[in-house]
Amino acid sequence: MNPLRKTIGSLAFHLLVAGIGLVMIYPILWLAASSFKSETEIWRTVSSLIPQEFTLKHYSNGWKGFGGITFTTFYKNSLIYAGIGTLAAVATSAFVAFGFARIPFAGKRFWFTGMLITLMLPVQIQVIPQYIFFTQLGWVNTFYPLLLPRFLGQAGQAFFIFMMVQFIRTIPYELDEAAVMDGVGRIGIFSRIILPLIKPALVTSGIFSFYWTWADFLTPLIYLNSPELYTVSVALRTFADPSGTTDWGAIFAMSFLSLVPVLIVFFLFQRHIVEGISTTGLKG
Amino acid sequence: MSARGKVRALPKRRENLLMGYFFISPWLLGFIGLTLIPILSIFYLGFTSYDIFSAPQFLGLQNFKKMFTDDPRYAQSVGATLYFAFVSVPLKLFFALAVAMLLNTKHRFIGVYRAWFYAPSILGTSVAVAVMWREIFGSDGLINTFLSALGYDVQIAWLGDPTFAIWTLILLVVWQFGSPMLIFLAGLKQIPKELYECSYIDGASWWRRFVCITLPMLSPVVFFNLIMQMIFQLTVFTQPFIVTQGGPMGTTNFYALYLYRRAFESFQMGYGAAMAIILVLAVAAFTGIIFKSGTFWVHYETKEGR
Repeated sequence: MNPLRKTIGSLAFHLLVAGIGLVMIYPILWLAASSFKSETEIWRTVSSLIPQEFTLKHYSNGWKGFGGITFTTFYKNSLIYAGIGTLAAVATSAFVAFGFARIPFAGKRFWFTGMLITLMLPVQIQVIPQYIFFTQLGWVNTFYPLLLPRFLGQAGQAFFIFMMVQFIRTIPYELDEAAVMDGVGRIGIFSRIILPLIKPALVTSGIFSFYWTWADFLTPLIYLNSPELYTVSVALRTFADPSGTTDWGAIFAMSFLSLVPVLIVFFLFQRHIVEGISTTGLKG
Repeated sequence: MSARGKVRALPKRRENLLMGYFFISPWLLGFIGLTLIPILSIFYLGFTSYDIFSAPQFLGLQNFKKMFTDDPRYAQSVGATLYFAFVSVPLKLFFALAVAMLLNTKHRFIGVYRAWFYAPSILGTSVAVAVMWREIFGSDGLINTFLSALGYDVQIAWLGDPTFAIWTLILLVVWQFGSPMLIFLAGLKQIPKELYECSYIDGASWWRRFVCITLPMLSPVVFFNLIMQMIFQLTVFTQPFIVTQGGPMGTTNFYALYLYRRAFESFQMGYGAAMAIILVLAVAAFTGIIFKSGTFWVHYETKEGR
């Protein structure tokens, strides 16, 4: 091809794609920029992405939270939920996936199909009976209803189990057989051979589990009633209530701040995320 | 050696059965206790009146009768949800496929662009993004500022307008086309290059290549994305809850939001359960229709046996 035409074509491509990309991330940049603008500037220079007067005041104001409870508490609650929830989800999923991938037992196909069907179940079908169940246990206004499903492979973990099963199936059986010769039992095969080899799948599951729990809104909204237990997402909703505060700077600051952990994880593990979605269709 | 002896001592099949159920037991327990029993019990709760404080009272079909004949907000909610899903899903998949095809080319920085386009999706259904969207479409927000800079000083209250409000939510969902885009991109990479090379020799046009090669080869991926997105958009909750609070005049009071309000704000668990039954039947019906229609348009490579 003509080199000049090629250069022009490539330039047009980059202009087009970068243009679309700019439109895509503009809202997020705008949110970030607004959180650093002074109060008078926020609604005056709306389209500008560069604050004329850079201020961190909204962050210190916003952090104070509401009702005497600061965002320190909300972040602590979110970390409990996302941290314990993610560890539990990854551990349980790997354990269960090993059973499905490596052990032939009666009823396996039936249960595996059942698990795949749960991938398509909307949460709305379970949420009311689960709420009634947890109310009867006296667990409303505790973290147990949020965490228990994650120890038991529910709440979307069928995705992780499925992904890990696919991953384990690619590991040659000879490794298991060699271990059996050495007198290693099933649990040993799982923990010493399979687990180290499926590290990429563990990382991908961990990232998505972190995202889902961090952003989860419905479950904490239903189960956590006292503000001291609010996670960041539920706290943000109260904090940004349009009929309440009008400290827009603080609302922008706290909103942007809550996205920062997600963005950091995204930039650190971008490749894992892309591969996870591309191979299993995990929802983002 | 003793461990090996023990394994040998148990008959292989019984040992497998025990160990198999041992490993899947956490999931199995959760599946039965937190998924299966709830699903079964909803088919009882839906026929009762239950406020969680006193015992459920059996009503027969009354909840359903009320829903279909005597609850205008329900009818409006169903209409709004269907409108939302049927507009947003095709738009989202269209953008996802278009951008995936743009990125499925040999250029520099493709990886950077891919991450860039995916970023809005990873922020996903978070409350922060919904709050941001509310302010973007506020009367002093970004959209009106841009419009007036372009010479259209309209000052539309996007979120307060019964026609526009639903479109702000459609835009929000379409903006997050990243994950179907990545799935399309992975699918596009699977299409054998030889297929295209032949078509170049035959002098086929871009459109013909797209319709005759790309779309059929990609149809299983389209199929998957269509089902998943349909389920997500029929049950969308956080975005309408935060951005429009179901308003104005109930035009964005989507199904999952209305269900939440009935069940958890008015504590009408029975009515909520009845709504959930209809929702799951509707989702099953849509999925069934897509599956059935799939035999006509989903093309599977028989050789690979996918």
